[in-house]
Amino acid sequence: MSRIEVATYSKLAERAGFSITIEKIDIALFKLSNGEVRAIENHSPHPKGGVLTEGLVSGEYVYCPVYDWKISLRDGKVQAPDEGEVKTFQVDIENDSVYIIM
Amino acid sequence: MNKKKLVMIGNGMAGVRTIEEIIKIAPEQFDITIFGKEPYPNYNRIKLSNILQGDTSFEEIIINTVDWYKENQIQLYTGEAVTQIDTELKRVITGKRVVEYDELIIATGSNSFILPIPGADKKGVSGFRDINDCEMMINSSKQYKKAVVIGGGLLGLEAARGLLNLGMEVDVVHLLPHLMERQLDPIASSMLKRELESQGMNFLMEKQTVEIVGEERVTGLRFKDGSEVDADLVVMAIGIKPNIEVAKNSGIYFNRGIVVNDFMETNIANVYAVGECAEHREIVYGLVAPLYEQGKVLANHICGIINAPYEGSISGTQLKVAGVDLYSAGEIFEDETTQSIKVQNEFDGVYKKILIRDNQIVGVVLYGDTKDSTKLFRMLTKKEDISGMTSVSILQAQEETGDIGSMPNDELICGCNGVTKGVIVDAIQKQGLTTLDQVSHCTNAGRSCGRCKPMVSQILAHTLGDKFDAAAAHKISICGCTTLSRDEVVAEIKEKGLTSVKEIMNVLGWKTEEGCTKCRPALNYFLGMIYMDEYKDERDSRLVNEKMHANIQKDGTYSVVPRMYGGVTTAQDLKKIAEVAEKHHVPLVKLTGGQRIGLFGIKKEDLPTIWEELDMPSGYAYGKTLRTVKTCVGAQFCRYGTQDSMALGIELEKKFERLDTPHKVKMGVSACPRNCSEAGIKDIGFVGIDGGWEIYVGGNGGVDLRPGDHLMTVKTQEEVMEMTGAYLQYYRETAHYLERTSKWLERVGLDHVRVVLANEETRKALNARMDKTLQKYVEPWNEAIQNEEIQEKYYTNHTILVGSESK
Repeated sequence: MSRIEVATYSKLAERAGFSITIEKIDIALFKLSNGEVRAIENHSPHPKGGVLTEGLVSGEYVYCPVYDWKISLRDGKVQAPDEGEVKTFQVDIENDSVYIIM
Repeated sequence: MNKKKLVMIGNGMAGVRTIEEIIKIAPEQFDITIFGKEPYPNYNRIKLSNILQGDTSFEEIIINTVDWYKENQIQLYTGEAVTQIDTELKRVITGKRVVEYDELIIATGSNSFILPIPGADKKGVSGFRDINDCEMMINSSKQYKKAVVIGGGLLGLEAARGLLNLGMEVDVVHLLPHLMERQLDPIASSMLKRELESQGMNFLMEKQTVEIVGEERVTGLRFKDGSEVDADLVVMAIGIKPNIEVAKNSGIYFNRGIVVNDFMETNIANVYAVGECAEHREIVYGLVAPLYEQGKVLANHICGIINAPYEGSISGTQLKVAGVDLYSAGEIFEDETTQSIKVQNEFDGVYKKILIRDNQIVGVVLYGDTKDSTKLFRMLTKKEDISGMTSVSILQAQEETGDIGSMPNDELICGCNGVTKGVIVDAIQKQGLTTLDQVSHCTNAGRSCGRCKPMVSQILAHTLGDKFDAAAAHKISICGCTTLSRDEVVAEIKEKGLTSVKEIMNVLGWKTEEGCTKCRPALNYFLGMIYMDEYKDERDSRLVNEKMHANIQKDGTYSVVPRMYGGVTTAQDLKKIAEVAEKHHVPLVKLTGGQRIGLFGIKKEDLPTIWEELDMPSGYAYGKTLRTVKTCVGAQFCRYGTQDSMALGIELEKKFERLDTPHKVKMGVSACPRNCSEAGIKDIGFVGIDGGWEIYVGGNGGVDLRPGDHLMTVKTQEEVMEMTGAYLQYYRETAHYLERTSKWLERVGLDHVRVVLANEETRKALNARMDKTLQKYVEPWNEAIQNEEIQEKYYTNHTILVGSESK
């Protein structure tokens, strides 16, 4: 387990994806309207794949920008009627720094 | 009073329809519990082939949403199968719970019939019955190439068509010499086969499959004659088998299906069966119309209403296979006692056969043109004496816009749900219905395959007469987050002075916190349309392409299409594009359909740099906006050109570029009626004639292929600009979001638009609002180049080196 600093909290834009690459793992960071930050793997579970950072963010969900799947940013689960799951990462915020635990 | 407990096993179309009927008759009488094996609410199985063919999403085929179950206080357990019925203690048992019942409906439907041959359990072998089967086929198509469908009936052909759409090679294996032999005669069948072959299907006729070969996964099929064929995917679509497992274990009498009487009662008191699992007078029905008839009889019976028994159904089969309309009812084959009328027109792909015995129609087969089907079916079921009629009058197609007034009340309008004109008219009059949605809801007309909707709409118009309001009749809420329609939302925004997406959602009681991909972009558009230059666009409520000002591709890269007004470019611009493509190793450079040059495969981090080096404005090839104005060479060079099409095209594109519209808008300008710019299939097209311009509107060259309507002819370029501005602005102000001009024009009517545009004051006002709106736009690529905040927010990927502080 490592704790990696990835972004400055106050610079993150709300409801916009922030894409990061850590050792070849692509991660999408989202700051929600309620100020919380979530991190998920930046790869849609749709069979045809695709990125998630550019998806529309609504509450606790992001919509896959290419195939419009609705994905929970809390547990990574794809919402019915579609099925699937993306990996989620734990996020820590400390003194305006955003860390990912992985 | 304690409510009676009604339990239903099965959550499919026939069962849930029965529940709907029960709720309509006796809304408070029962506590209802439904068990469904599949993890979904009730969906429209008829439309599975549309999902496979990629033209519908799962959400669109849901008939009863989860909210419907909640609103009607139905306890729904999905993904939970009932394993046993205890008819003594009147309770059902699942793996998780025991639930008591007073009345029990078994509506477990059917399963695909899987051939009992060696290898049928291998990976890559599937039926075609539910969403899982569809998903399995879709996934297979991504990895594998060759599919074999066993069964040349309706289901098999639909599966095969879907697999072709998914890019697979498809063989269809059929045991008999003719496709769909139960619905079609050999002539219609061979016409269908020829059509499907031209679409790329390959047929292996009169082949009996005896083994599925392969290791873990299927690799091929072996036939009785010893021949073999390769296959990476096998779909069995031979037939269905009533799913009666739960009844078998519970002492309920069954044969092929669960045996029921004319009131859908089984041999056990208070236990009923309905739908594909039920066997009535030795027939198990598989089409939706008879199943819905059964549901209605059962609902009445359970609610204690004395009603006519179910005495079986004669039904016509209206089908659409791979784009071909088919209809069949009654007998198919001639014998010595029948006479037939046949029309065979291979050139137009039409075939009709009417079988007559003793001056009565006893059979109908229609191929390619099924407009007469309701009339002929009525004549068949009513046993009308046709001796006074000529063959022409029997076969004469009813006008499509038909004379609703002279149509008899018992004419069947919705074949799927058995709804007649009389029932629809009655519901409209007695319940004061005014919209298509309401009519569907009350009568079920149009709720299954949806093909009768235009007819239902005509009946609504005819019945309401002057009170009919076409726009209101088709009220549909803008998305699942609200019950309000587009017009209601727009009216509320104006009336209450709502100024942001968030405020709209708060004030109008949105069901979701921040909307969805349907309503967010729509609301953002409405605000920009209403407040013109005052509204600050909410970029994060736009979908990816408009947000990024580039078109996302399936691999997450983007395309860059620079503006090239009227499709006219220069050597200098071409050099710039070439240099950028070379320098950045752009994977694909391609001419687009709208006379532009596209650079494909660009990473999002590289977009701003590439835009800067191009130093050209965005071509908006990604937006709900004016895409391109396609032009022909015109009078400047062409010997036929009567007008300067390039100049007009450039002027139009310069004026209207960047404008937000409900959906994309394409234009074309031709300098003569030869129409090289294909202006007849553009949203707005202009054709130069001697001394003026013809304006065409509502054309579409895409999904909804439609030739444009001639709106008017004007004399000067100024008039063209004025009419175009007014027309576009009227479209912007009245269309649904994501409604193309072709659909919009059909909805509001060409004559209506002409009336609007004929009024000079209205025209001026529309143009004034258009001009005010156009002022607000800034060139987005340049904005991104200049603005570091935008670059950081949208066009940056942050590579983190582990163990380092940098980012």
